[in-house]
Amino acid sequence: MDFVNSVQLADASNNFVYASMVILFLATISFSVSFAAGRRRVSPIEVSSRRVLVESSGSQVHETEVELTQLDPGRRAANIGMSLTWLAAGMLLVGVLLRGVWAGRVPWGNMYEFSISSALGILVVFLIWSTQRDLRWLGLFVTIPTLLTLGMAVTVLYTESAQLVPALKSYWLVIHVFAAIIGGGAFTVGAATAGLSLISGKGWFTQLPSREKLEGLTHKIIAFSFPIWTFAVVAGAIWAENAWGRYWGWDPKETWAFITWVIFAAYLHARSTAGWKHQKASVIAIVGWLAFLINYFGVNIFINSLHSYAGV
Amino acid sequence: MTTSLPPMSQRGFLRWLWRQLTSMKTALILLFLLAIVSIPGSYFPQRGTNPILVEQWITDYPTLGPIFDSIGLFDVFGSPWYSAVYILLFISLIGCVVPRLGVHWRAMRSQPPSAPKNLSRLGGDTFEVDGESDAVLENAHAFLKKNHWRTVIGEDPDGRRWVSAEKGYLRETGNLVFHFSLILILVGIAIGGLFGWRGNVIVREGEGFSNTLTQYDAWGGGRLSSAESLPEFSFALESFNVEFERGNSQEGAPRLFEANMVVDRPGEQGSTTHLVQVNEPLVIDSAKVFLVGHGYAPHLIVRDSKGQVVLDDAVVFLPQDGNFTSTGVIKVPDSNPQLGFRGLFLPTSAISEELGPHSIFPAPDDVSVFLGAWAGDLGLDSGVSQSVYTLNVDNMTQLGLESLRVGQTWQLPDGSGSIELAGFERWASFQIASDPGKELALISAILAIVGLSLSLFIQRRRVWVKVGQVTEQGSSSRVKVEVAGIAKASGHDAIEQVDNIVETLKGRSV
Repeated sequence: MDFVNSVQLADASNNFVYASMVILFLATISFSVSFAAGRRRVSPIEVSSRRVLVESSGSQVHETEVELTQLDPGRRAANIGMSLTWLAAGMLLVGVLLRGVWAGRVPWGNMYEFSISSALGILVVFLIWSTQRDLRWLGLFVTIPTLLTLGMAVTVLYTESAQLVPALKSYWLVIHVFAAIIGGGAFTVGAATAGLSLISGKGWFTQLPSREKLEGLTHKIIAFSFPIWTFAVVAGAIWAENAWGRYWGWDPKETWAFITWVIFAAYLHARSTAGWKHQKASVIAIVGWLAFLINYFGVNIFINSLHSYAGV
Repeated sequence: MTTSLPPMSQRGFLRWLWRQLTSMKTALILLFLLAIVSIPGSYFPQRGTNPILVEQWITDYPTLGPIFDSIGLFDVFGSPWYSAVYILLFISLIGCVVPRLGVHWRAMRSQPPSAPKNLSRLGGDTFEVDGESDAVLENAHAFLKKNHWRTVIGEDPDGRRWVSAEKGYLRETGNLVFHFSLILILVGIAIGGLFGWRGNVIVREGEGFSNTLTQYDAWGGGRLSSAESLPEFSFALESFNVEFERGNSQEGAPRLFEANMVVDRPGEQGSTTHLVQVNEPLVIDSAKVFLVGHGYAPHLIVRDSKGQVVLDDAVVFLPQDGNFTSTGVIKVPDSNPQLGFRGLFLPTSAISEELGPHSIFPAPDDVSVFLGAWAGDLGLDSGVSQSVYTLNVDNMTQLGLESLRVGQTWQLPDGSGSIELAGFERWASFQIASDPGKELALISAILAIVGLSLSLFIQRRRVWVKVGQVTEQGSSSRVKVEVAGIAKASGHDAIEQVDNIVETLKGRSV
């Protein structure tokens, strides 16, 4: 690849990542506005009945719309937030893809690339889920951790290298890391719903879905991510056997992947244990996510591990 | 969960203990314990993976080190307390899962339960269609059968007939498969631990290795592995290629290393050549040969006081940092007096006040060695075995220090002889391992994922269709149909399934 071309590609990738951060920041503001306004908001049932009114009687259309804007600025802000989140995810996708094109491989060769891909993973899990059900209320609590991840990536973890250390030259990189990104993204969304279930109905958080509803959503997303995480760990073990001659060696990264797995296994058991189904289970889900974070950042930065490579 | 006091009789007490151990709450607590006791294993260096760091830690903390060592903090995953937690967890698992096996077996063979008297209380749908009640019921039954529901047909005391259907038995099957697979993974690990073995060997370019115990630098095997019957093969390291990053970012990071090997196996005519890389081990029968490291071996020629060559060989030096500043020892027992050298090999030489002589790049761009020479008794005849990487200078006197570039010779003081840096070679280190349990572990892990997915994504549901003839007015007869369903897990429902049945019955009967 010729030099100028290569520099342009890398710059373009960075610009798309920065642009997506700006848009995501705007999305966060929109969701915050919606959240603040939501405290005075009419209940969702009333809103939907008004919508029926709009559709059924044409003469009242204008009047009703005005009424809706006055009553419900939060809803509009949340819609803007959702659109901005889609846009940010699109920009980030382009940024990640350009990075891959520039490097000539999957863009998961170092912590910077893994972080921007993980941020994309969080957004993708959230957005795809949002097509199944109304998740506008969750937007604020997904965009904030995503922004933090991207912020870490561009400040602390940024690296310019395109090349891979030999240990990473394997198709297992694609399989293992892809599963880890999706599993981790879903764990993050699950930690958000679990955290909200603990505060729903209290103080500022009266307009959130009910505690039971949030607990159910947490269970669904973790039931989705747990098998994926299991697969990521098993794929990692197969790769380790191929690269290092043993499928499990209690390297710190392996140990924390195992700890994360055990905690989420405990979560699923708690969900069917009397007395543990509710707040306690939610706390376990959050602790599991913290273990995932330690595995992701902590092990690479603070502990001497076989997984420490590529600058960090 | 009951927290009653244990009964007094011995049998009663044992039963109580068993019930406690196999309860879900105990399983939960054991899972937490397992997570917690794993943490020190990631924080402290472990003997199994990094014995040198462990010794370093114990030396650095002379008070805490031995205490931590005695309670197993440097061998967490082999410690009695770690074993206790996972053994209890697996007993709890077996105690919990085995009885469920019987329950599930019976459930799979039994019929779905009778329809409740009052279906409308479960929600669902009630409507009327034209036709005969038996025909409508047959329609419903056929539809459910086609969609793999387990069905049974019955009749209420008031004469109305119903079909009761259940689906989603695979959920519990998956759950059981998952838990039994975990046990099988443990069995696979145990087989590997008992029958498996692994060894390490350093091979210089152009040198060979044959797979017998004496050729290994280090070898360890499970209790039931046999060191005498290692698979027969030999290989030679033809050449070793390395490339390092020369760009500004991550300068010196490895980019490629590959070993060209010539392999001989018994029962095979001639040799075969193989390229072994980090992610591409060489598979020979039950053993795998992994490339795990590499380094430099300076080629030195030592002459004694009479000018006789007493050593002419490449000596393996071990890398100490990412730029391959390497240390090694040269022992010359055949000269009089015996000579010994401590050396520093620098592929790209530099000297600073802070670090002294050190290497600033891993590739051999500017090679030199720094040598310290000793003369006297190497202590090789004392009977105590010595490492080839350490020099015992107790009975030796230092002759001096010198640095050499390739082709240079150092005339040792007092006419003790000379040493010449003739060149350098590369070496590669290999791990050769055999783990007969790994296939079982892999298959069990795949089974576990399949079982897990089934148990999380399949929902157990029951639906009922109840029909009753309404009136018969002339030619057209009407049937009242009730359809209802439930899901077993909270947070799920059977609305979609009920809707499908309703649509089918309405569609077919019109």
